[in-house]
Amino acid sequence: MRIGVVTFPGSLDDRSALRAIELAGGVAVPLFHGTNDLKEVQAVILPGGFSYGDYLRCGAISRFSPIMESIILAAEHGFPVLGICNGFQILCESHLLPGALTRNADLHFICADQKVSIENINTPWTRGYKKGQEIVIPIKNGEGSFQCSDETLKELEDEGRVVLRYVGKNPNGSRNLIAGISNKRGNVVGVMPHPEQAVENLTGPSEDGLMFFSSILKELVSK
Amino acid sequence: MALDTVKNAEENPNATQPYKELGLKDDEYASIKEILGRRPTSSELAMYSVMWSEHCSYKSSKIHLKQFGEKAVKSEALLVGIGENAGVVDVGQGYAVTFKIESHNHPSYIEPYQGAATGVGGIVRDILTMGARPIAVMDPLRFGDPENPDTRRVLPGIVSGIGGYGNCLGLPNIGGEIVFDDSYQGNPLVNALCIGVMKHADIKLATAHGAGNLVVLFGAKTGGDGIGGVSVLASETFSDSKSTKRPAVQVGDPFAEKVLIECSLEIFKEDLVIGIQDLGGAGLSCATSELASAGSGGMDIRLETVPLRDPSLSPEEILMSESQERMCAIVEPSKLKRFMQICRKWDVTATVIGEVTTGTRLNITFNGELIVDVPPRTVAHDGPVYNRPIAKPKYLDSLKPVSVPLPTTPDEIKAAVLKLMAAPNMADKSWVTNQYDRYVQGNTVLSQPEDSGVIRIDTNTNLGVAISTDANARWSYLNPYEGAKLALLESCRNIATNGAKPLAVTNCLNFGSPEDPEVMWQFSETVRGLADACLELGLPVTGGNVSFYNQTGSVAILPTPVIGVLGVVQDVTKRTPMGIKPNQVIYVIGNADDNFSGSEWAYIHGKQIGDHSPVADLDMEQRLVKLLLEGQPIFEAAHDISNGGFAASISEMVMRTNVGATITLQGNIAAELLAETPGRVIVAINESSTNAIVALAGKYQIPVRPVGNTGGNFLAINGAEISIDELRDANTGVFEALFG
Repeated sequence: MRIGVVTFPGSLDDRSALRAIELAGGVAVPLFHGTNDLKEVQAVILPGGFSYGDYLRCGAISRFSPIMESIILAAEHGFPVLGICNGFQILCESHLLPGALTRNADLHFICADQKVSIENINTPWTRGYKKGQEIVIPIKNGEGSFQCSDETLKELEDEGRVVLRYVGKNPNGSRNLIAGISNKRGNVVGVMPHPEQAVENLTGPSEDGLMFFSSILKELVSK
Repeated sequence: MALDTVKNAEENPNATQPYKELGLKDDEYASIKEILGRRPTSSELAMYSVMWSEHCSYKSSKIHLKQFGEKAVKSEALLVGIGENAGVVDVGQGYAVTFKIESHNHPSYIEPYQGAATGVGGIVRDILTMGARPIAVMDPLRFGDPENPDTRRVLPGIVSGIGGYGNCLGLPNIGGEIVFDDSYQGNPLVNALCIGVMKHADIKLATAHGAGNLVVLFGAKTGGDGIGGVSVLASETFSDSKSTKRPAVQVGDPFAEKVLIECSLEIFKEDLVIGIQDLGGAGLSCATSELASAGSGGMDIRLETVPLRDPSLSPEEILMSESQERMCAIVEPSKLKRFMQICRKWDVTATVIGEVTTGTRLNITFNGELIVDVPPRTVAHDGPVYNRPIAKPKYLDSLKPVSVPLPTTPDEIKAAVLKLMAAPNMADKSWVTNQYDRYVQGNTVLSQPEDSGVIRIDTNTNLGVAISTDANARWSYLNPYEGAKLALLESCRNIATNGAKPLAVTNCLNFGSPEDPEVMWQFSETVRGLADACLELGLPVTGGNVSFYNQTGSVAILPTPVIGVLGVVQDVTKRTPMGIKPNQVIYVIGNADDNFSGSEWAYIHGKQIGDHSPVADLDMEQRLVKLLLEGQPIFEAAHDISNGGFAASISEMVMRTNVGATITLQGNIAAELLAETPGRVIVAINESSTNAIVALAGKYQIPVRPVGNTGGNFLAINGAEISIDELRDANTGVFEALFG
């Protein structure tokens, strides 16, 4: 099962995402932003980082890269896409997901072990979790406050498209404590916390993030 | 302004030149004329002035720093020593690790965000230049009174600059220090350390060999920022009477550096360069003269080919500019095409600006006119050397013993622990460290607030490295010779506490003005102490940095040698963290004495310093390191005792995992609790390991005694019960309240 990870100029967690895929038993395929070649991967991850230095707006420049043309087209036909942190921002800028990520409420970059609950297990990336399960994975971002219109918020809640929600104190001012959402079809998921940095107890706060990668692999096998 | 060519210099030998404004002394200007046999052109003057500045030439410190080479033991681990951009050590399994620490004190005071950010950027490029992938950073910081409004200006900006730059590069920030002392009020210390890893075969050096090979400048375009930053900012103190030097601080672009890192690593991987040098202090002047000086021939540079952000820059300014995120490589013509392809892939600008020649001179032309014609070595290495006068400071004759309360009853102990843990120097630093990414790259095994940072370098074998930086400036003030040794020992102890074997040393020596004989005495004693201790411990000094002129007016900072020690951890899965679990037995290794001089307990009682520093016991500390390494399998948790004494260390262990402890101290209870006697460590073991720890103590002749047990939700010390919540309330929120 081949899963791609896109490296944009300024991507940082690309190698961690590749490693997470391998730890979950998949074949990790590095992809580069400058071509539209998806190298026959069956799912793709947009990793964390500061693509293009967050210039203009986070993700605003990456969304125009050649590889995003292929990804946007494929995603509209059900191709599984996971955006983590900067990847989530790119998905919002690409309009594959609604809303926007803005400066954290306290205006600081925050790196912390964050408790989140799994709100939606009907996505290929979260099917292995239990609904309502609480997990601890790192957040590390400066612009992680999820904002959207009241109408969009209602739609996300009514359709059960909130995938992850912060538990406890709101770390960044996100509406309804939202830490991750999906598109209507469920194949495109964006999350602010970093599951790929919680795949080994040795180097992360837990191994709770590994199930994101195991879930998609299981999904692809069963297809 | 007309171009001041070599021809012009010859024809107008008596033109007046602003060498004093550029920081050169009369005799230094005279020796430049002697070297060249004529007056320098304005471009040459710019190059010499910046390369002969204290910051670049080490002219006051060189004569002392020689000891690191002379006294050094032959270390088989040392692959590249002092003199290159950073030292490189062998850590086994074919891996080489490079690490170095540098200061960016003065720029950070003027422009906290950019000063601190470019401090990170500069040290990262030094590491990259060795051929290594940077894998972690650390930042020891020192500030004045936390209540002072200027500290509130400086600290948040510096923290956010370090985070803003380091986070964007994808480098985990794994530790450091934050210390407050009034002596840093007008001169905060911002030291930045970086570690990188590579395979032995991939080590790169800053050298220009082979006539006909090309000099390629790549990275950001050259702009007007940081012109004269090195010679002006790093060599003078701030004075209200002079005009503002604000524009002299460089402005960083971490995104440009991130792509430069990836681009360079790809270039290194394909072995496309002969030599490489980053452009930091003194910009092109430094890079071209150092590359040529370390090589076998001369070098021709065509300055008009340098891509500019600001087309109005004069040749002198192009040579002096400290624009960030630039590198200079020596490339064989046959490899240029591939080199350029990789640069294009990463959207990095790369330009051939000259070539290596068979001659012996560094010749720089601007639109065909010769403006620099110098022997490169005279610029890069043959700067002036001063043997500055030294004098033992008079303050040492009027030191007073400390007078502090000595808690013994339960109420006094409880009040003392809570007061200590709420002091800004002891308070929880997560307001700072949570602004740094500690997870990125996925190899951080331990990071703050643990004793050291531990990074895995091989995911298959679990080989890793540990690093810690330490200084106790108050002890250095009382006795700089012992202070330097004690800082080195503390750093060794910190990494050994986590299970790492000390391997090599770097240092950042922060001092006042070298023109003050008392400061120079502090400096010379510090270097002597550090060199002596390194010799005895068998550790090589692989490089470092000297920062002078850290003072406001005539008052120097406390002498602050920050010592970094790198160690190897054979199997990072076996590291010993500081967090305890229930049902463990707590032991203290080492004995306390009743000297409170230089301690935090004394500092929070009227900022006292005291009358004598501890004396470093190198023999005992070496045995202690061996004990810690051999005992690693039985130590469930371990934490060094240093700042704040036993009280602080046990409190930190309790709060780390929210597991309480019940402690009984005997003898001089106040000293056992609060003195900072070096050479002590708290360890937690399972009851079944009792015999093993007693045997280790006997083998290494180090006193070890049980002081209590873990469990519950409070810390109890000799009848004083402090709930973990009370402890946390005292210890947290301090930085948020001061700087939030």
